[in-house]
Amino acid sequence: MTTPPPHRPVPQPTQRVVVTSPRTRAPRARRPYSGTREINEQSELGAVYMRTLIRAQRRLGLSVCLVTTGVLALLPLLFSLEPALGRFRVFGLGLPWFLLCVATFPMLLLAGWFYVRQAERSEREFAELVERP
Amino acid sequence: MTSGYAVVAVLVVVLGTILVGAYGLRVSRTTSDFYVASRTVSPWWNASAIGGEYLSAASFVGIAGLIFAYGPDMLWFPVGYTAGYLVLLTMVAAPLRRSGAYTLPDFAEARFRSRAVRGVASVLALAIGWLYLLPQLEGAGLTLNTVTGAPDWVGALIVMVVVTVNVMSGGMRSITFVQAFQYWLKLTAITVPIVFLVVVWQVHGAESLTAPEYPAFRQDTEVTFNNDTMIHAERSLAIRGTGEVDGVRVDGGFVLTDGYHRIGQGSEFTFPKDATVPHLSTMAHNTNESWALPESSGADFPLYGAYSLIIATFLGTMGLPHVIVRFYTNPNGTAARRTTLILLGLLSVFYLMPPVYGALGRLYTPELLMTGQTDAVVLVLPARVVDGIGGELLGALVAGGAFAAFLSTSSGLVVSLAGVLSQDVLRLGGVRGFRISAVLAGVVPLAMTFVSTGMPVADMVGLAFAVAASSLCPLLMLGIWSSRTTTVGAIAGMLAGGVPALTAGLVTMFTDTGDAWYEVLLSRPAAWTVPLGFTVMYVVSLLTQRHVPPGVQRTMVKLHAPENLGLDGSGPGSGDERS
Repeated sequence: MTTPPPHRPVPQPTQRVVVTSPRTRAPRARRPYSGTREINEQSELGAVYMRTLIRAQRRLGLSVCLVTTGVLALLPLLFSLEPALGRFRVFGLGLPWFLLCVATFPMLLLAGWFYVRQAERSEREFAELVERP
Repeated sequence: MTSGYAVVAVLVVVLGTILVGAYGLRVSRTTSDFYVASRTVSPWWNASAIGGEYLSAASFVGIAGLIFAYGPDMLWFPVGYTAGYLVLLTMVAAPLRRSGAYTLPDFAEARFRSRAVRGVASVLALAIGWLYLLPQLEGAGLTLNTVTGAPDWVGALIVMVVVTVNVMSGGMRSITFVQAFQYWLKLTAITVPIVFLVVVWQVHGAESLTAPEYPAFRQDTEVTFNNDTMIHAERSLAIRGTGEVDGVRVDGGFVLTDGYHRIGQGSEFTFPKDATVPHLSTMAHNTNESWALPESSGADFPLYGAYSLIIATFLGTMGLPHVIVRFYTNPNGTAARRTTLILLGLLSVFYLMPPVYGALGRLYTPELLMTGQTDAVVLVLPARVVDGIGGELLGALVAGGAFAAFLSTSSGLVVSLAGVLSQDVLRLGGVRGFRISAVLAGVVPLAMTFVSTGMPVADMVGLAFAVAASSLCPLLMLGIWSSRTTTVGAIAGMLAGGVPALTAGLVTMFTDTGDAWYEVLLSRPAAWTVPLGFTVMYVVSLLTQRHVPPGVQRTMVKLHAPENLGLDGSGPGSGDERS
């Protein structure tokens, strides 16, 4: 259970250890069905399963990331092209102040929440796919 | 602003940190404990700890100082420091945890199975860590100088000694408690004074923060100049005191004509109430109204500067050595994501505060625009706005919080740098190797503080981000998401992005580039070094497809498959062994 990381062996006082599974709080591995075996045996089908998962996650990650940061990255250009926008006031704050101090943070949180939800869902779907007998 | 309460607050924070560290010593026993807190940390604890570690001198004092001096362009610092975690969450968090890497070099080795890639990543991680430690120490020096008048090196020395001893004795588990506690301490320390500041400002009649006038002294103000300072006076004004103006000794009254003046080191002058505040010659001439508009900082190429800052902070966060370590203490990839999401919330709350200090500083502490000690605005403001003992106590709270910021960030950095040093550079295993490395990790930046030029701490931190974004960010992003990245490509990309960024950073920090047209390319290098790093890594990888690391498909399974499926891609039958 408490084996040290393999690449830094350290002399320790005699200690009895029971090694059962990787030390994580994730539920223990279930009995593998065909999909998991395909992947573990590195068959063509297994590679397809993995590629699908990686592609889905990459698409999700990139789109959340690009949409959010893209919207933010437009702001300097906007304020530079249209300086009058800087004088516009929202709730008593100048527009740049309102957008950057107040509005940005809830948007980032919302984007993060959406991403976590979708990523966990796509992992669940992947699990259902590979565990199907 | 010498204040007994502030000294007490700083002492309490320092002693508290030592005590909590000593408590951790009794709990931490094995090497595994020492390095990774045995991976038993819940997302809330972990997120608080990352927040505690991440909110550094730059966040606590630096951002407010920059906003105070240069206006809303600087709001990209807090936004970027937070948005960096969204990028980290969406692109890196879960795969990084699943890689099982403890440090960035570990990730490099796990992904590329190459000592060479690991070696380059180690050197870069060390460089980034030291670049990041330097402003923490400068911030500590500034804080102690502001509250006690002690020379700058005293604060730096105290922080480094406390941190090194603490890390040597307690290791990471104690650090987790310390860090988590320090997030909440810092949030309290920066928020409570704001409530009072805003109330007092309202009671004073909620004076406009963006009036079309230059900042003016609210009362007769005595100002000490710690350095030779070039100032510009908008209008002529009568000052009293002793010191040196334009090389002429002054004792008693003196009329400062409008225009540029050099004030000698150690001068002490009293500036009259209602006079327009002269400002540092390198700052833009701004009324409070024009200061509040975008691109008011007067920098050359403001658009380039803004985008470069955005790129550096958005992409640099994932390459910071002390942040990466924290992901290892999540039990699995899903928890790593949730930790990051909670952290986004914690940072969002914190970063609402510094701009308030920056804006109120224009009204209440305008003399800092003249001395150039803009980073001190958070420390000076509470005692200036709130009268009597209340103000002193609030000032003490802020000083304590600031010290917590330096201690926690430095601790995290020293832990991770010691990890890298002991494994990759000194090759010393075990607890003893870790301790020797911790000392070395602390001594180097301490020595560097004596040779650096005093640039704002948030700018220095920005340089560390730029190096991380141009070297380790491409390694992580392309390593995780493209199985075609090769060992040669990885090394070439890290060097192509990291070396120019690091060189630009060192040149900005240790030499005076002045007004040269290329100054902004050096002080904000990310906009050209980051694309360089990514492009070189990708193109060289495509050209050297024979060097795709062995077993890359297995590595990809490990990085991307949820842990609970019994997938490890380690070959036939392994799934059965696990069940």
